[in-house]
Amino acid sequence: MSNRTVVVAGAGQAGSQAAASLRDEGFQGRIVLVGAERHAPYQRPPLSKGYLTGKVPPERLALRPPSFYDDINVELRLGTPVTSIDVDARSVGLGNGERLEYHDLVLALGARNRGLPIDGADLDGVLTLRSLADAEEVRRRLPAASSVVVIGGGFIGLEIAATAVGLGIATTVFEVAEQLMARVLSPGTASFLVEAHRRRGMRIDLGTSAATITGTHGQVRAVWTSDGRSVPADLVLVGIGAVPNTEVAAEAGLLVDNGIVTDPHLRTSDPHVWAIGDCASFPCAYADGRQMRLESVQNAVAQARAVAAALAGRAEYFRAVPWFWSDQADLKIQIAGLPTGRDTVIMYGEAEQERFSAFCFAGDRLLGVESVNRPADHLAARRLLELGIPLRPVDLTRPGFDLRALASGRSAAVAPAS
Amino acid sequence: MPKVTFIRPNGETTVVDGADGTSIMQTAVSAGITEVVAECGGTLACATCHVYVHDGPIDALPEASGDEEEMLDFTACPREPTSRLSCQLPLSPQTDGLVVRVPPEQY
Repeated sequence: MSNRTVVVAGAGQAGSQAAASLRDEGFQGRIVLVGAERHAPYQRPPLSKGYLTGKVPPERLALRPPSFYDDINVELRLGTPVTSIDVDARSVGLGNGERLEYHDLVLALGARNRGLPIDGADLDGVLTLRSLADAEEVRRRLPAASSVVVIGGGFIGLEIAATAVGLGIATTVFEVAEQLMARVLSPGTASFLVEAHRRRGMRIDLGTSAATITGTHGQVRAVWTSDGRSVPADLVLVGIGAVPNTEVAAEAGLLVDNGIVTDPHLRTSDPHVWAIGDCASFPCAYADGRQMRLESVQNAVAQARAVAAALAGRAEYFRAVPWFWSDQADLKIQIAGLPTGRDTVIMYGEAEQERFSAFCFAGDRLLGVESVNRPADHLAARRLLELGIPLRPVDLTRPGFDLRALASGRSAAVAPAS
Repeated sequence: MPKVTFIRPNGETTVVDGADGTSIMQTAVSAGITEVVAECGGTLACATCHVYVHDGPIDALPEASGDEEEMLDFTACPREPTSRLSCQLPLSPQTDGLVVRVPPEQY
């Protein structure tokens, strides 16, 4: 396979991992990693947290050292996106006019932030955060801000809001739903989070949507809610979700439906094109095989590794346990599995101490676990899900139940019948 | 600058000049020691920066926190008495000469 070429379109966490994993798998052919941004692949998670306060300096964002791609013989094309795909000719066109032929193409195109379709969203001081360039802008403006409004109570919005509160800035979050992250978090964990942030000084208005943003001389001054209230703001962050970058795939005739549709091997509707990370809609083993798109570091990395293995001739059904994390102030929130569709939630730990896990079940089946400041519970939960170790709601309520022992194989949840 | 020696899974040793205050995990990532995966970037969320502290001024390292201690039960390679999560190990002049062994698997 030494004369084969793999083009990886997208140089984020998924794309850079795909390139690295191909070499780990022994792939000897040509690898070209194409990225729209001019930066070498970097970590996005710190952008909404430590990077904004200076705790994480820019040089620490790089996913790998500068010499890495040369060392493993991966050609980088940065600052130029893939603008077209010809699946019949098996070639891609780049923004700089270059055309690259491939044997296999890995689409790691990512997602972009959803725009806010209201008046005033184009005012100076209304920002969004996804790329390093976005984060530089937020970091530059945040210290001078006296009042921040965050539109959207998702992970990124809450991380930025918590950072702003930590800097002593008056901060308000508007969330259109009656619950934070209603599609992701169980109600109990979501209410805990609202109260925990309020205790730290954040204002959170649930069931509230932004109707208009007003300003003077082009500079943002206030956000008006749909129920007619206004909150002063000299900085507005919009975090209302993301849409997958699928246009180039759709134009090439690939099947697209809220993401580039793949099979369980992450292969698209064309046998030589694969899709991974935020842009891919794959049948998820932890959602009864439903097509899903997951935006997370774990998903990006695991899918990159899976495609690299498939290209090296070791194709397996993709079935990594999904997990997510979010650091908000001193709250470490982690989710293992996909706890939607739950009918029972069992709290484990001490919510008053801000250390607990919420175990989410459908009947006697564990779907997922939300943890706050309990990273070992999170790892234990991932182990249970991965190995299919049974755990029922009733087991958790037994005195002396030992989660770590169960997950690390030192005991069974259910004592054998004597 | 405090030196750290990494004994890699293939037996190769790599000596890296670290910087005071940075973690052994960051030192490994910056040096391209890819067997230290550090999927969460050093936020004590994932246990994929597992190392065995092998030799040198081991006593100069901080004790493991309760969370780290519990998380070490879930490393991909077996836990040993010398197991640590390298994101929790800051370098300092006192740690100069530390030798850590990197396990072959982090997942």
